[in-house]
Amino acid sequence: MPVFPTAPAILTVSGVSKTYEGGFQALKSVDLEIARGEIFALLGPNGAGKTTLISIICGIVNLSTGQVTVDGHDIGRDYRAARSKIGLVPQELTTDAFESVWDTVSFSRGLFGKTKNPAHIEKVLRDLSLWEKRDNKIMTLSGGMKRRVLIAKALSHEPELLFLDEPTAGVDVALRREMWEVVRKLRDVGVTIILTTHYIEEAEMMADRIGVISRGELILVEDKTELMRKLGHKELILHLQEPLAAIPPGFSDYDLSLSAQGHSLTYSYDTNAERTGIASLMRRLAEEGIRFRDISTKQSTLEEIFVNLVEERA
Amino acid sequence: MNLTAVAAIYKFEMARTFRTLMQSIISPVISTSLYFVVFGAAIGSRIQEVDGISYGAFIVPGLIMLTLLQQSLTNAAFGIYFPKFTGTIYELLSAPISPIEIVLGYVGAAATKSIALGLIILATAALFVDLHIEHPVWMMLFLVLTAVTFAMFGFIIGIWADGFEKLQIVPLLIVTPLAFLGGSFYSIKMLPEFWQDVSLVNPVVYLISGFRWAFYGTSDVSIALSLGMTLVFLAAPLAAVTYIFKTGWRLKS
Repeated sequence: MPVFPTAPAILTVSGVSKTYEGGFQALKSVDLEIARGEIFALLGPNGAGKTTLISIICGIVNLSTGQVTVDGHDIGRDYRAARSKIGLVPQELTTDAFESVWDTVSFSRGLFGKTKNPAHIEKVLRDLSLWEKRDNKIMTLSGGMKRRVLIAKALSHEPELLFLDEPTAGVDVALRREMWEVVRKLRDVGVTIILTTHYIEEAEMMADRIGVISRGELILVEDKTELMRKLGHKELILHLQEPLAAIPPGFSDYDLSLSAQGHSLTYSYDTNAERTGIASLMRRLAEEGIRFRDISTKQSTLEEIFVNLVEERA
Repeated sequence: MNLTAVAAIYKFEMARTFRTLMQSIISPVISTSLYFVVFGAAIGSRIQEVDGISYGAFIVPGLIMLTLLQQSLTNAAFGIYFPKFTGTIYELLSAPISPIEIVLGYVGAAATKSIALGLIILATAALFVDLHIEHPVWMMLFLVLTAVTFAMFGFIIGIWADGFEKLQIVPLLIVTPLAFLGGSFYSIKMLPEFWQDVSLVNPVVYLISGFRWAFYGTSDVSIALSLGMTLVFLAAPLAAVTYIFKTGWRLKS
């Protein structure tokens, strides 16, 4: 996975807070820097502030304090330059109803002040498998197709920074994989992508870096592989031939746990340690006459890491 | 100035008009024809001339104004309310466009449509009554100024409204009575003196009076006052729109 620590930031968020009129504080002094060309996944439970943060950057919600710059342009003072670099795919399926696919995508390009470019629109529609549907009214399309239309609209003006707010919510597996493919292609041509998602699998597969937001605070920003290495641990599960009543004495050096019926023994270890201890554990077990019929290993997923993180803070 | 965006919004709105051509064009034409049949032919033949003009011809400017006010208002209101209702407003708010450009697109399209309607009604009227227009340039000026002013009011209503009910309430409860009481079908000089004075608080009086002057050279109030008041009415929603976008009122939280 390429990481771009030295690339200039395309997005800088500094000290951004948002308190809604009713007094609800949706964001608490968020700082974030996004490097050009990376895929950044923003994770967080519902109501954590993901959409508020995106909405502020895109100009849909006013910030209470702080500053945001897009490619060096302040989103307030220099909103034209800042916004023209951004494409936004909103979470809700908010589309027109009576317009054709072609018209609505062309409209978006015009709105962003770009001159007509039918060739580009055609390419976008083809990439998203929408070309055959170009003359259809949007209201006749399925939910998944509408989602693609929203992506096409966001790409119509050739943005450098693309926000995907839960792009695969309510989308079937095949379409989800297709969308990941689209996202990868975009990254290959240099588009920076920020996505929010509930599917940790998605972040795990796609992202270069991951940010976790909880109750309006950005509690962690980390390179994905680093995050998984740091917080991830592996488990070796030994399925025993004879159930054990208790872990035999003399194994206290190992982080072992016995299943309820004593049928399996789970050994947790750190994959990064110099010695994992697996070989010696096996030897000791053999010496004790504990035999097993099968073994399996399990690595903690991003989902588990995420749940642990958010629960820790709660 | 992002003129491409203005053109995009304008085109989008005009396409909406053409999609609903029947209800946009045909229904005002039919209702105007009905007015002529009832007021012009049936009742009008028994009403004496007003300021030396046959009653049927006298009501033409008022009828055009009536439609112009309603159509400008509802078109612009609906144009901006609908994206709010469906959520597509996100795109407008996140696009590199200024408030002025958004207003130009929406108000321009709504005004264009109602001006076209006004002219269609004028042509329809010519089939029923003998028309002559003394000051065609002034007529167009009043037509355009009024259409733009009320489209702007409509735009504000569309932003203010948070339900279809509110969208209907202003045209129905305020604009229609003002238009009817503003001298669409009579000269306010026909009223008792007290009600003449009351009528002068009605902004529509100035619009209709000025418009009628452009047709027949007679008016309830002086033409300079009509024009002045029309410009004041234009400035009011302009100021309101500027405030709305500056603060994000009803648009941004």
